[in-house]
Amino acid sequence: MSNNETGYIRKELPGSVVKLGIVLFSIGLILGIIGFLIEPVRASFSYLVAFMFLLSIGIGSLFLIALEYITGAEWSTPFRRLSEFLASSVPWLIIFAIPLILSMHSLFHWSHTEVVNEDAVLKGKSPYLNTSFFIIRVIVIFGIWSLFYYFFTKNSLKQDTTRDQKLTKKNIVLSGIFIPVFAITITMAAVDWLMSLEPHWFSTIFGVYFFSGSVWASLAALTLIVILLNERGYLSSRLNKDHYYSLGTLLFAFTCFWGYIAFSQYMLIWYANLPEENFWFLNRWTGGWEYFSILLILMHFIIPFGALLSYPAKTNPKRLKFMSVWILLSHYLDLYWLVMPNLSISGHGYLFSWLDFVFPIGIVGLLILVFNIKAKKYNLIPVGDPKLQRGLDFTLH
Amino acid sequence: MDNKNLYGVTALFDTPNEIIHAAKEVSKAGYKNFDVNTPYPIHGMDRSMGLKRSKVGFVTTFLGFSGTAFILLFMFWTMSIDYPNVIGGKPFFSLPGFIPITFETTVLLGGIATVIGLLALFANLPSNNHPLHDTDYMKAVSGDKYGIVIEASDPNFNEREIISLLNKLGSKKIHSINNPEKEVFPVIQTRFIVFLIVVAFIVSATTYVTLNKIIYIEPFNWMMEQDKLIPQEKSAVFTDNFGMRLPVEGTVARGHLPYPFKGQLNPAETLPNPLLPTKGVLELGKKKFLTYCSPCHGNYADGDSRLRGQFPNPPTLHSQRARDFSDGMIYHIIVNGQNVMPSYESQTTVEDRWAIVHYIRALHRAKNAKLTDLDEVKKESQLNVE
Repeated sequence: MSNNETGYIRKELPGSVVKLGIVLFSIGLILGIIGFLIEPVRASFSYLVAFMFLLSIGIGSLFLIALEYITGAEWSTPFRRLSEFLASSVPWLIIFAIPLILSMHSLFHWSHTEVVNEDAVLKGKSPYLNTSFFIIRVIVIFGIWSLFYYFFTKNSLKQDTTRDQKLTKKNIVLSGIFIPVFAITITMAAVDWLMSLEPHWFSTIFGVYFFSGSVWASLAALTLIVILLNERGYLSSRLNKDHYYSLGTLLFAFTCFWGYIAFSQYMLIWYANLPEENFWFLNRWTGGWEYFSILLILMHFIIPFGALLSYPAKTNPKRLKFMSVWILLSHYLDLYWLVMPNLSISGHGYLFSWLDFVFPIGIVGLLILVFNIKAKKYNLIPVGDPKLQRGLDFTLH
Repeated sequence: MDNKNLYGVTALFDTPNEIIHAAKEVSKAGYKNFDVNTPYPIHGMDRSMGLKRSKVGFVTTFLGFSGTAFILLFMFWTMSIDYPNVIGGKPFFSLPGFIPITFETTVLLGGIATVIGLLALFANLPSNNHPLHDTDYMKAVSGDKYGIVIEASDPNFNEREIISLLNKLGSKKIHSINNPEKEVFPVIQTRFIVFLIVVAFIVSATTYVTLNKIIYIEPFNWMMEQDKLIPQEKSAVFTDNFGMRLPVEGTVARGHLPYPFKGQLNPAETLPNPLLPTKGVLELGKKKFLTYCSPCHGNYADGDSRLRGQFPNPPTLHSQRARDFSDGMIYHIIVNGQNVMPSYESQTTVEDRWAIVHYIRALHRAKNAKLTDLDEVKKESQLNVE
């Protein structure tokens, strides 16, 4: 298969991208360390938001890879390699979780044994919510994800040179195992890192809520990168409007999915109005957080819904780029909204801190860096994939 | 144009590649009013034919959002204005509870609009007639051939040019199709109406007989088919088949305490009146007197019966003998009856009887008023003036 057939010519990414990544990451790293020294509690909460953002982009991309294999989708095959690059932050998660585990006592109320002993509810939950089991779960879950990431990318990259169709079959089987494992592990991760910040509260749909936002944000990151690279000719010249349209449609679908899940969670709690459940939403409806909540509904659902509804909007690269950035911001806002009110309640409450802007800068820099490292070594599209030709030929009608 | 009745020219091809090529060439030649018929959808056909995107999406969007607006206003009107009910302690207009219905109605109206829009606007229903109907061309493209039809309504239409173009594209079967005569299959005709009526009758009759005679099933009859008492009916609940039961011996109904001197003609002693002549007691007494006593004794107890001789008139109660009766004695007469007067024990309660006694005493005093009584009246009226 020559380069002419796929329309792909390998080019190095410009050095300015690497520089940008290094600058952003170093700013985040240095200011972040200073933040941890000055305001350890505030910094740990702000860092948790950024860490969850990194985690959701990583495993969301991993899910998109598995989804493409298990559904046999062809249109997304030319983009799969970019998802693999984005997912390459997954093995690093365990290292980036260390600061959080070290500052566990300021993050997690339930990690104080003397508090748990006086609280019947927390005592009942202590077989799951205790420090040692938490650390075991973190290691096991991040380990499982890293393993799957390793095998997925190993097979996929090998195919670039060997063009062996069996590798696709292997990855399909791997996806079949990964999807149910992913369902359980992402629920546990969402419960561990986000829901247990308020250990008295519980919501059985919470894992799905986190999943919907994660995949949405990963898709937005993918769409943004695809359009930016394709406009500069780094991808195949045979990508057409229908590829953009499919990405836009999937973004729109996950906008609706998030709205559906978020509203399902809210409505049941609102209707039953039980004190052991509704306080979580009441905390997000007092002390200035009500504006945040309304902003979240607007930014996360209503505006993307209207902006991505029509066919021209889904095929317009400018609109898609703008909405991808918008969606990434909204997802960050969503995570902020999940984490930060818990800090306000524990008495350190105020809305914004310079630390809230430091960590996302570092995380974006990190994502650019890991993407670059991979892009230097490998092709940007999976040139050996048997589905690639049909993926490039993809048309809707 | 040589043939005014011409509908169009059809051509048949053997493979999907040929038809895609033909569609591209015909579109390139500048024809607009042409269509392609294939046994199954072929990818890339829209692009080859140079079709624009379908407009049905606008119909869906418009009616979908109309559904949103309509149902929100409807729920606002019913739940908050016309018939406000407190449900679960929520406000009358509580948006979160309305969202599921709003969502469903949006989807429902959007879906219905899409189907109706497709059928009515884009498939020209209810028209049931098409020139290609029942042609060999249509039979072929429903089987294993791929066909293209260029309509005569196209501005560039020229039969000979088109036939040569299609020949060049490799079609072996080219036909010119004429418009059929008008109204070949009119919807409204007598036979059809009669057919509809007959079908309606048969369906109704069959349904009626089947549901009411053959497979008659009562849906939820647990309440109907239970052991219960039905008025005026034999009952299986008790062994004596009576529905109503007698009270246990010695039962005393409220307000019906038994009278100790019942049946004695001239009681040696009588009961004292337990009630005080308050306004309420006198009003009760007046009501009961006018109900039970006045038909025979008259409204003022003068013995002027309203019964016009159907019953013997009783004597006036303003006689000296009656005035000298003790309260207990009047009570005794109400319970026992006297001469032709029957007992009023069952109609009146103990309280009613004593109230009647008080009212009779009031009538006695009114009929024999003294001048000094007027002083009392004056005092009261002065009090009222002040």
